[in-house]
Amino acid sequence: MLCGSLLNDYYPFHQFLLACLNKHLQMKKEEIPQDDGALGRIAREVTYVVGEDGKYETAQSSGWDVKTEALNVAWDEVERKIEAARQKVLNGTASPLLYFMEKKIMDLSILSSYTGFWKWTIKRHLKPSVFKKLPEEKLKKYAELFEVSIEELKLPFGA
Amino acid sequence: METTNYKETPNASFGAPGANFHHLQAAHCENGVTTALLHHYGITKITEPLAFGIGSGLFYVQLPFMKVNGGPAISFRTMPGLIFKRTCTALGVPVTRKKYTSHEKAMRELDERLAAGKPTACQVGVFYLTYFPKEYRFHFNAHNLIVVDKQGDHYYISDPIMEELVTMNSYELERVRFAKGAFAPRGQMYYPGDNLAEPSNEQMRLGIITGIKRNCRDMLMIPGSFGGAKGIAYTGRQIKKWKNRLGDEKARTYLAQLVRMQEEIGTGGGGFRFIYGAFLQQAHAYLPVDELLDVSQQITASGDKWRDAAIQASGIYKGRLGTQADYDNMGDRLIEISELEKKAFKELREAIKKVK
Repeated sequence: MLCGSLLNDYYPFHQFLLACLNKHLQMKKEEIPQDDGALGRIAREVTYVVGEDGKYETAQSSGWDVKTEALNVAWDEVERKIEAARQKVLNGTASPLLYFMEKKIMDLSILSSYTGFWKWTIKRHLKPSVFKKLPEEKLKKYAELFEVSIEELKLPFGA
Repeated sequence: METTNYKETPNASFGAPGANFHHLQAAHCENGVTTALLHHYGITKITEPLAFGIGSGLFYVQLPFMKVNGGPAISFRTMPGLIFKRTCTALGVPVTRKKYTSHEKAMRELDERLAAGKPTACQVGVFYLTYFPKEYRFHFNAHNLIVVDKQGDHYYISDPIMEELVTMNSYELERVRFAKGAFAPRGQMYYPGDNLAEPSNEQMRLGIITGIKRNCRDMLMIPGSFGGAKGIAYTGRQIKKWKNRLGDEKARTYLAQLVRMQEEIGTGGGGFRFIYGAFLQQAHAYLPVDELLDVSQQITASGDKWRDAAIQASGIYKGRLGTQADYDNMGDRLIEISELEKKAFKELREAIKKVK
């Protein structure tokens, strides 16, 4: 909090700092960020950098905090949607389908192309009253796609 | 031109699965697949930056009224598939690309090619790609890989993002080949002809000239305000409005999406600008026009500015910054980059006009 307001008060100073940083950003091979990234755990990425002689060469990076953080923001958003769906299912305003759809980061059109159901059909299935009456074979289609059993599909959070 | 310092992994011992194939790790999947496949079938002059440049890969666009994963639809490169097609056309290489409705046929025809010892590229979705870390598995369907061999039910795969060969079983491969959603691959597989002749230096030169001309056209001449170099300024102006229009929470996710498109796997950093800089340097060996080196430096500078902008954006989405002035600063950075790239590509266009 304090840090944030300080930064705002000393905005020109902050700009100056960034400008100093700029000078160093003509990245050299040994300056390639080697932060912890999700991909870095399985493979280092190829990056292109200008070497001492001004010529481009390739080097590997295990990650960069700036983009790891960007990926985290995207996943926070996914988590937020899953949580909102869970609440809706728990208080009976949506069928469990919504929860699994968000969990698999799908939207109506992706879900529709995987299952072959029309979008408006899926919209109906999202209503708890309609979902309860769905025949076994339709539930099976959803369950297979979401990689859960039919029991789990009906009761995602246990009895 | 000896700068092909990709990581080449000669596979374990002779006779091991995939032993006849040299795996190439690359920054971007489509460049990587293009380069590795062409190498395999006989064209060793091509490198990742050359494939990217001859295929006129550099671009910028923010599609208005369109959303991807609930954020702005931004791309730093041309349409998927074009790089391979254009590079092959320039080098006089025949290309076969097939889509399937039948899963069985798609797998059978791939198997037939593998049985004949012919590595083949596939377009796949990453959501079910088993060897990818969970964090990267969104519904993104324009990933490319090469299937190099099959043993029993196991397919040996050369994915340019990975450091070594990986495997998938037939169920898993079929599932990613038939992923659904935007850009659904529909079992797509593609490959160049067999036993290709090494292109002459003249052919390389012509390919480079065409590639550069086409890229100048894409960056400078696209009508509308949101594509090419001016599209960067369009995004810059939009960003200044994001705080008021979307609220802090949403604006943060938008900025994070911009940075992901710019820096995520496949761009080689700085939204492909560094790969393009490398291309211009390598092109100079075939087309000794000194302006190429000068423009290469300008594009590199622009790539550095993209990375600075990413740092500014991260300040906002991490919550360290967040005033309107911070958004204005971010917007101004993009407007500045837009001008830089306009200038660079205008110079490049003039330089290339002069060569015959």
